[in-house]
Amino acid sequence: MDERNLRLLIDFGSTFTKLVVVDLNKEEIVQRYQAPSTVDKDITVGLKQVLGQAQEGIGFKNLPKEDMVACSSAAGGLRMISVGLVPSLSCEAGVRAALGAGAKVVRSFSYELTLLDLAEIEEISPDIILLAGGTDGGNKKVILHNAERLVHASCKAPVVVAGNKDAQDEITSLFSSSGRMITFAQNVMPDIGTLNVDSCREVIRQIFISHITKAKGIDKAKELINEVIMPTPTAVMTAAKLLAGGVDGEEGLGELLVVDVGGATTDVHSIAKGYPTHSGVMSKGLPEPYEKRTVEADLGVRHNIDTLLEYAKMAGNLAEEMHEEIKSRFTSLSKLPENDLEFQMDHILAGVAVDIAGERHCGKIKMMAGPFGEVLIQDGKDLSEVKHIIGTGGPLVFAKEPAKILQKILYRNDSPHVLKPKEAQLYLDRMYSLYAMGLLAQTEPKKALRIMKKLLSPLS
Amino acid sequence: MKKVPTIITGTVGEDSHSIGTRLLSRVLRDNGFKVVELGGLTPPEEFIHVAKETDADAILMSSLYGMAEIDLTGFKEACVEAGLQDVLLYLGGYLMVGRHDWNEAETRFKALGFDRVYPPEIDLDKAIEDLRSDLRARGRMQG
Repeated sequence: MDERNLRLLIDFGSTFTKLVVVDLNKEEIVQRYQAPSTVDKDITVGLKQVLGQAQEGIGFKNLPKEDMVACSSAAGGLRMISVGLVPSLSCEAGVRAALGAGAKVVRSFSYELTLLDLAEIEEISPDIILLAGGTDGGNKKVILHNAERLVHASCKAPVVVAGNKDAQDEITSLFSSSGRMITFAQNVMPDIGTLNVDSCREVIRQIFISHITKAKGIDKAKELINEVIMPTPTAVMTAAKLLAGGVDGEEGLGELLVVDVGGATTDVHSIAKGYPTHSGVMSKGLPEPYEKRTVEADLGVRHNIDTLLEYAKMAGNLAEEMHEEIKSRFTSLSKLPENDLEFQMDHILAGVAVDIAGERHCGKIKMMAGPFGEVLIQDGKDLSEVKHIIGTGGPLVFAKEPAKILQKILYRNDSPHVLKPKEAQLYLDRMYSLYAMGLLAQTEPKKALRIMKKLLSPLS
Repeated sequence: MKKVPTIITGTVGEDSHSIGTRLLSRVLRDNGFKVVELGGLTPPEEFIHVAKETDADAILMSSLYGMAEIDLTGFKEACVEAGLQDVLLYLGGYLMVGRHDWNEAETRFKALGFDRVYPPEIDLDKAIEDLRSDLRARGRMQG
């Protein structure tokens, strides 16, 4: 094996530090390793452990630092709050930009921030604050009020301003002597009916690299590797986008969904336009981003066992004894199933998470009376024609029957108003390395795409 | 200098019935208002764009095809976002389908953020009087 062809792609998770080794020449994954996360004390301990495993297993000697990059969701991930004006407009646009940037949106605030709101922000102590509000040339009063409030907040998180551009000069002077970090991005909602999240997402990622990794002690990893270049969800999103759209000379699969079931959250990414698929349906609400990510922080299969079990009970497919049994066995956050019964339990939890996360991500159809009969209004993305669904995340990847869990994201006759995919091919990210292909895509998109195509195994 | 209030008129959504708003525009002009007439088939966003550009004082819209609720849900919120929170919003026409009590339509559209809601047939002079008094109350018109 030629060492020069190896790339090491690392994910600092909250429970595990994972490593995927890729051979660029053969366009394949050589091996994957993991070790318990040590971000609480010293991130390099866990990193050294996986690097040691890999060195021993594969037998390479010295890889240049440049060939090792990482993403991270450790230390709580990227925690953001979003401040906007109207809840359904600039506030929602801000939330979507932050989610698209791989953040966990802990809370969002609309209209004028009160002192009580400010106290809550201080309590939350977010990593980054996103300030939006007003279309370009539109409302300036509220964003200025909120900027003024944030200047005096004791929480010193960097602020990303992505609202009415007319307010920029005044916001700059408000913050000028505060010593706070403030960065401007393009307005997330420059006009009524326009969503513009790309610039804001990139600004957030840059701050993540330059500041957040330092604040969380993640950048200590740079002693051993090149850089922590993005939050993990962004890496997964990057991989998903590449897989859907392809690159020059290598075709993608087309529109797709990625379901990422985790211990703390369940994420759904859709790479799809989501336009209405039936004639006579009208789309309403803020336009949907082509690359959309939703995060369900109440649907983690370890952190939210109670919630998931309640949903399972409501759906009527959980016996009371099972409920108590699951709760008593899955007490630790890093608990992995060890026997058939526990696998079955994890299956139930992951199934509920996929079902509900899917329902929340997909658009809905609502009926209204019109002059010529009923009128169908679509809110959200119509994903009924999406043909590819990829499952990732530990609880899915290591499940005994992943197809049965992933199926829960498909259309159901008993909820015809939910625009879930009707007939789609299901795939499993069996090497748990979608994130790694997102990282690799930064430098080698074509190879990353080819590896992904080989890697994803169709489920029947 | 005395400011002449700017009023935007038009028929909202996919509705092409514009005779009412044409009449209304003419009466408004006769009464000394500056009128920007958008006519039929005007999407809700266009009212907002034109109001921003012309620094309008009021938007007077009509809808006669029964889809007003679908077209105008969230309109007030969009106005707030666009900095038009103080612009008066009037609406008139056949606002709902089927048999219904007029009061129900009025209540529903006022809840959506409209300042005044009118039935299909009204005395335009009465509407102009309402407009004058609302504009005066907001300090947007003198005399």
